[in-house]
Amino acid sequence: MTDYKMHILVCGGTGCRASQSEKIVDAFKSELETRALDDEVKVIATGCFGFCEKGPIVKIIPDNTFYVQVGVVDVKDIVEEHVIKGRPLKRLLYHDPATKSQVTDTAHIDFYKKQVRIALRNCGFINPENIDEYIARDGYAALGKALSEMTPADATQLVKDSGLRGRGGGGFPTGLKWEITAKEKSDQKYVVCNADEGDPGAFMDRSILEGDPHSVIEAMAICGYCIGASKGLVYIRAEYPLAINRLKIALEQAREYGLLGDDILGSGFNFDIDIRYGAGAFVCGEETALIHSMEGHRGEPTFKPPFPSVSGYLGKPTNVNNVETFANVPVIFNKGVEWFSSIGSEKSKGTKVFALAGKVNNVGLIEVPMGITLREVIFDIGGGIRGGKKFKAVQTGGPSGGCLTEQHLDTPIDYDNLIAAGSMMGSGGMIVMDEDDCMVSIAKFYLEFTLEESCGKCTPCRIGNKRLHEILDKITKGKGTLEDIERLRVLGNVIKDTSLCGLGQTSPNPILSTLDNFYDEYLAHVNDKKCPAGQCKDLVRYEIDPDACTGCTLCFRNCPVGAISGEKKMPHYIDQTLCIKCGVCYEKCRFKAISIV
Amino acid sequence: MDKIKLTIDNKTVEVEKGTTILEAAKTIGVHIPTLCHMKLDDMGIENKPGGCRVCVVEVDGRKNLAPSCVTEVNNGMKINTHSMRVINARRTVVELIISDHPYECLTCAKAGNCELQKLAQDMGIREIHYEGEQSVYREDTSPAIIRDLDKCIMCRRCEMMCNEVQTVGVLSAINRGFQAVVSPPFEQNLDHSVCTYCGQCVAVCPTGALTEVDHTPAVIRALSDPSKTVVVQTAPAVRAALGEAFGLEPGTLVTGKMAAALRRLGFDFVFDTDFAADLTIMEEGTELLDRLSRHLAGDETVKLPILTSCCPAWVNFFEHQFPDMKDIPSSAKSPQQMFGAVAKTYFADKQKIDRKDLVVVSIMPCVAKKYECSREEFSVDGNPDVDYALTTRELAAFIKLANIDFHALPDEEFDHPLGDSTGAGVIFGATGGVIEAAVRTAYELHTKKSLPRIDFEELRGMDGIREATIDFDGLPIKIGIAHGLGNARKLLEDIQSGKSQFHAIEIMSCPGGCIGGGGQPYHHSDSSILKKRQMAIYSEDGMKTIRKSHENPYILKLYEEFLGKPMSEKAHHLLHTNYFDKSTVFEQED
Amino acid sequence: MKIKTLADLKKVKADVQKKIKLREQSENAGNVVQVKVAMATCGIASGAKETMSFIIDELDFRGIDAVITQTGCMGYCYAEPTIEVTLPGKEPVVYGYVDKDKARQIIDEYIVKGELVDGIIPVNYKTIDE
Repeated sequence: MTDYKMHILVCGGTGCRASQSEKIVDAFKSELETRALDDEVKVIATGCFGFCEKGPIVKIIPDNTFYVQVGVVDVKDIVEEHVIKGRPLKRLLYHDPATKSQVTDTAHIDFYKKQVRIALRNCGFINPENIDEYIARDGYAALGKALSEMTPADATQLVKDSGLRGRGGGGFPTGLKWEITAKEKSDQKYVVCNADEGDPGAFMDRSILEGDPHSVIEAMAICGYCIGASKGLVYIRAEYPLAINRLKIALEQAREYGLLGDDILGSGFNFDIDIRYGAGAFVCGEETALIHSMEGHRGEPTFKPPFPSVSGYLGKPTNVNNVETFANVPVIFNKGVEWFSSIGSEKSKGTKVFALAGKVNNVGLIEVPMGITLREVIFDIGGGIRGGKKFKAVQTGGPSGGCLTEQHLDTPIDYDNLIAAGSMMGSGGMIVMDEDDCMVSIAKFYLEFTLEESCGKCTPCRIGNKRLHEILDKITKGKGTLEDIERLRVLGNVIKDTSLCGLGQTSPNPILSTLDNFYDEYLAHVNDKKCPAGQCKDLVRYEIDPDACTGCTLCFRNCPVGAISGEKKMPHYIDQTLCIKCGVCYEKCRFKAISIV
Repeated sequence: MDKIKLTIDNKTVEVEKGTTILEAAKTIGVHIPTLCHMKLDDMGIENKPGGCRVCVVEVDGRKNLAPSCVTEVNNGMKINTHSMRVINARRTVVELIISDHPYECLTCAKAGNCELQKLAQDMGIREIHYEGEQSVYREDTSPAIIRDLDKCIMCRRCEMMCNEVQTVGVLSAINRGFQAVVSPPFEQNLDHSVCTYCGQCVAVCPTGALTEVDHTPAVIRALSDPSKTVVVQTAPAVRAALGEAFGLEPGTLVTGKMAAALRRLGFDFVFDTDFAADLTIMEEGTELLDRLSRHLAGDETVKLPILTSCCPAWVNFFEHQFPDMKDIPSSAKSPQQMFGAVAKTYFADKQKIDRKDLVVVSIMPCVAKKYECSREEFSVDGNPDVDYALTTRELAAFIKLANIDFHALPDEEFDHPLGDSTGAGVIFGATGGVIEAAVRTAYELHTKKSLPRIDFEELRGMDGIREATIDFDGLPIKIGIAHGLGNARKLLEDIQSGKSQFHAIEIMSCPGGCIGGGGQPYHHSDSSILKKRQMAIYSEDGMKTIRKSHENPYILKLYEEFLGKPMSEKAHHLLHTNYFDKSTVFEQED
Repeated sequence: MKIKTLADLKKVKADVQKKIKLREQSENAGNVVQVKVAMATCGIASGAKETMSFIIDELDFRGIDAVITQTGCMGYCYAEPTIEVTLPGKEPVVYGYVDKDKARQIIDEYIVKGELVDGIIPVNYKTIDE
């Protein structure tokens, strides 16, 4: 084997690939070849680094130099400067917005400082298409340990003792779930991996499958051993082609090594995994709906009990866990329960991956210990609010989570605290809002999503959410009444109280939490017919201040509907009857002469 | 069985483990309102998707309200079925459903029979607080069934009947959320699907979303046309159910009043499909004996078992789903079509009327009969043998429309010659009846001996699939019976796999046979109604002096004067048909 | 290839560990020996490449966990090839004129035994980090 002196890791996650990271890999390879360095320097496409805000990411090992927003054109310079001459290429280094200095390696980037990577331990580190690299990182050692040194009951107990809870959102103790399924007697049981990641903006499951598919495969096999299942199924959305491809490669390699199949590691335990494709329905993340979809039925939830652990896929006992949950399992076996439970808070052990998005400086995928505060996530890791604006709210838990405010910023993040605060963990979406966001519009926006994704089976979710949306729409158009606000609360609570599945039971959360935390904004829309954030088109007017207007005609020339008129070098004015409130004039004006009233 | 003890509305209840809250409440007289839930007791038919959320109740210690139709009881449960929280939630849910429902109660075909309407009344809903957009979907009119999905409340009963009970697989929920509707595959219309028109979806629809195509206006036009002679035939199951539409106890036989009502409505001749049922037995029984004797003689080309073919939905079913078995069913037409064929030839000749001036109307418990009479092969030069088929429900509405006080009507007789029938013709209306009638005739024709008994209890009942062996004087004849197309499918698959062997099989599409037909007065999930209708049918049979088809003097006269003998060339031409492979008919179209 | 037992798996792991050793070591750079080889034009001209290859091979041969990186010109062009050696928990030490023999001596004396070797260049600059 050639000994490489240097590894160039190029992010091969979906986000960076969208910015041509594949071509960067090729460019590095050919550049190194031309310079006869290809036997000294190895180029590896890895999984996601998480810092998607700054992608494509290139990391040089052993220096740990972290290059951001790399383009194909930069490859030559990196090779010339860094690989050959050994000096970092300054223009591609991460620029710390706080200190305004360049940072060479991840250890000194705030985005990474507070992260603890367990589920994402191999993402951005190994080549996900090479099982050897996974094995070199203690891969399949956990499975080996379970099969050769532990009984299924012992292994289950270990997961129970670790305190690992379901990362898909529910937070149900994973070990307990395994134990319940293990106790069911059946000729056939199933292990299902829920990779139907549906929260808008969340992509941790995709990243794990893209960056470290073997960790999920290994954990599923361990689960199969614990519950007595020989068959695993990964339910993954068809719009994750890269994850599917990497998973397929990984499955093939695992089979080739005999780590899937019959008599794994000589233990007599048989296990194999099939892939089932989802068509991208949010509700299919709900485990009963997911199972029906896998069976070829309409993806609709059914009443629980019976729980899948009793009657799941094809009526057989089925253990359903989410990708991130599985990704935690091998580490727990390798590093031990004590190590794992030393991380996190009292009732929520370990870490959680969040997809940090919205109005923060550093958006991306982060993994943090449970118990970290929202403030640390938003201001330290996220680098604070973009453009120096004021923080207003953070929405956790995906489309049906709640909006939390300034007062919740120091709340340690865990399952129970988030619910107590009126939101939830969900699968780990985290969207930050600033002073420019209208909370009524935000609530409406989220409801639009659940409205679209409701399966339509139960009345409250099918019709109730529609009515909620209509009322919100009325309010954002300045036609709402105080009674409407009250109606939102009453109907929202009934929907929560009567819906069939988690989707409907949580869909009013954005409304109810904004009603609790931003009631004044609702009142402003209804009583004053004003949108304090200036977002609701029907409630704002764009006006030109004649004293500030220089008559540059820029607004006139950019108005798409010809609503602006005026002579050159004379103040212009906006015809409100024609204005469609697109905001182009406001953005274009160089003299701050246009204001939103 | 484990007993579970709990309290419902402060009353202690003890029920078996596995009981739902809804059922447990019923045992102490607490009737929790439901909408999507439907259960036909003892028939294994239940729809409980837990979707409408009308039946929610409050369970102590539970985070959210529990749907009582799917939540099983636990020891120590404390349940409140009418707390403020429950009433508020339930009212809101019903208001939401109504807010997405056309306000057309005055003109809706289902008015008075609508379960949503009744629910709103029972709950005293006087105002809808959640008005907004209503979901719309195109109307779909097929030869038999109209789908008006604007009135669909997504209870999914039709879907359950179509898939689980009938295994036809046409109806299924499509689209998401507010746009979700129940539809045939690829949003095709019913007439572009493998729908059998069995009408069980119509029978269970709680609202006016699924109704039959109304032939009444056309019948009224025919009746008021002086140039037309209009004759009517009534299927056996109608007389056992029509009374329900006028408030009579289920199971009340109204044969005489029905004949009187039809005469008052202006039909020139009031005949009976039972006559044609006797005729069917002559043909089908003869065909059975023919196949049987050839089989016994060692003829390997003969197909057994023989399957009955009176049920039009069943014919549609095997044409679509079992085309390779299409030469097994009897080639005999259904009684409705035999009647039409005889009426427009034999009877028209007798009356010296051109068939074009003779209008044949049938009253059927069935919606598939509307499709059957429109089949091209059942017409001569574009003139159908049977012009219009009204359901029992349409007849009831027609009687009301004509200002007839049904209760005050005297009992009247059918007209001759096509109104005279035997007990064997009557029992066609219940599952097992056709085959029992066939046995009565085939036995005597085969053995040339008189039957020692006429009632074959072993062929009666409500079990979905029944088997019996009848001793034909030393020759054991194996009989199979299935009602409900799902049961028919099971039986057919057992035959295909060689698991079961029969000489003759009766299949009826609707649970209970024609008495449970899709055109009957709504049973509103009360299966006891079906049983009472069944009893009524057998009691009419018992009252008849002649109970074997081959002893019907008018049938004998028909053969003597017109047809010759069963399976004669003329009989073949008029009374038999052939079937088509329709398994790929929709693929070929585009 | 089939991995048939846990022992097999451990063997495979030992074999493939090399593939990612570079990355694993750089992750724990603070806990292992770090060697930076100045690899600017001047260094390369004076044989820095050969020195670096030698150090990599030698440390690997002796089973010493180390991170060997290249760096730009350290400013001691007169003394090329130059290397900077940082033992865990110690201040970095810069050596000049490091050819193969010198490198072997540095490994024998300093890296293995912790005894300073002749040829140290006094550090006369501070890095940005400090």
